Amino acid sequence: MTVTDAPALARALYEARRTRVPIPPLTDADPTLGLADGYAVQQELVALLLADGDRVVGHKVGLTSAAMQRMVGVDSPDFGPVLASTVYRDGDVVPLDRFIAPKIEAEIVMVLGERLEGPGVTVTRARSAIAGAVAGMEIVDSRIADWRIKLADTVADLASNGAMATSSRVVPIDGVDTRLIGMTITRNGELVDTAAGAAALGDPVAVVAWIANVLGESGVALEPGHLIMTGALHAAVPMTAGDVFRAEFDRLGPITVRVG
Amino acid sequence: MSIDINIDAAELAARLGKSVADRTAIEQLSDEFPGLDLAAGYAVQRVLREGAGPLVGWKLGVTSRAKQAQVGVTSPIYGFLPGTAVLDVGAPLDTSALIQPRCEPEIVFVMGRDLAGPHVTATDVLAASAGVAVGIEVLDSRYRDYRFTMADVVADNTSAGRFVVGTPVSPTGIDLRLVGVVFEKNGEVVATASGAASLGHPASAVAWMVRTMAADGDGLRAGDVVLSGGLTAAVPVGPGDVVVASIDRLGTLELGCK
Repeated sequence: MTVTDAPALARALYEARRTRVPIPPLTDADPTLGLADGYAVQQELVALLLADGDRVVGHKVGLTSAAMQRMVGVDSPDFGPVLASTVYRDGDVVPLDRFIAPKIEAEIVMVLGERLEGPGVTVTRARSAIAGAVAGMEIVDSRIADWRIKLADTVADLASNGAMATSSRVVPIDGVDTRLIGMTITRNGELVDTAAGAAALGDPVAVVAWIANVLGESGVALEPGHLIMTGALHAAVPMTAGDVFRAEFDRLGPITVRVG
Repeated sequence: MSIDINIDAAELAARLGKSVADRTAIEQLSDEFPGLDLAAGYAVQRVLREGAGPLVGWKLGVTSRAKQAQVGVTSPIYGFLPGTAVLDVGAPLDTSALIQPRCEPEIVFVMGRDLAGPHVTATDVLAASAGVAVGIEVLDSRYRDYRFTMADVVADNTSAGRFVVGTPVSPTGIDLRLVGVVFEKNGEVVATASGAASLGHPASAVAWMVRTMAADGDGLRAGDVVLSGGLTAAVPVGPGDVVVASIDRLGTLELGCK
């Protein structure tokens, strides 16, 4: 049973997003808040943002690595919506003052070609519904002070999503082993990290199946054109004004984000 | 670089050799010989090399960010591969023959012709390579708990233990910087990387080694295999473990342990 005053907590996060002034962890005031409470708050928060004219253009899946799951103390991913107002293009300047404590991470982003609705979505079914993949970067941000998040906090806060950027060339994944797509990320030309697709739940396609099945429980489908951010492939990197981040994916190409 | 006159390379090499024979780790040599520097370390390694029998190639160490962070250093090192270190594909690793084995995935170069000199580039390395392959290196530090300085680990032939190499493919048209690397242990993904994890490009790592070894008059020969550096942090293994290295465009290699 959820005991949360979800609308009030959503309003606090909404104000934190608007003012860029973070709030204390929701779980400080109520340590009993769990996953269901987090999603209840998220739903209220999304309603507030959509009422302002924003639009859901996809979903982000977070906590897709074993390391991140251990850190937050869960054994499955979490998710939140991707809002149209937060999507940037390759090469865009992303203004730092839009965020509170932003970090950047490179991800494989899947573009849906067909409607996909769970439950019962297998990885092979997910794969056939995917039009292709694009190179992506997510800017994660926390409206919770100093990233002192527990599971319910990050879930309520749109899974700590801040913004995303994608390349525009949708590369079909037929015959591509998405587990093995290699990636390098550089900051100002210096190599920061490397990874491969398997860092996201073993296979980025499995992430699409997972989110389709989870949303399917609430009667929500993935729609054609939806962007599915399949999860960070490496540890998130803090951003400073003037930084140029470039992630290059084998088969998918590069994506550059400039920090303004 | 001058070599500390108090350091007897042959004696230190003998201690490391005894550690291998006894399958018992020793304390890092630099504890007892604080004057052990990188040059002295390579002098010890040379003694080991002269007594190792026919060589089949060379290996780089400490080339990845992960590995550099793991051992707290910032530049690579190199060692030699004796024929006795080779494992056949499909054959199990006998862990009882080793002290504290750890496995890591690597991109392996198979040289098509000789390559030596102080100005060798990554392009030269690629041009001189007959093939590139997936490899798994089995590290086995002779130092307790892998506690060592750079000079210590160089003396210990960069922790070389065993290695296995998959079927080589032509490097032509493959961007080794971007190939994805997935390393699994007992069916679980333990780490991922891309080829760039080895010094930005595995061929750059090999070129660094060739230029460095030129100072000693050493070089690569046709047929040599070169392990271009661990691409992820090394994973401890014991009897019953299975590790699998998959590298995009190069293939997959499995190593079982008994």
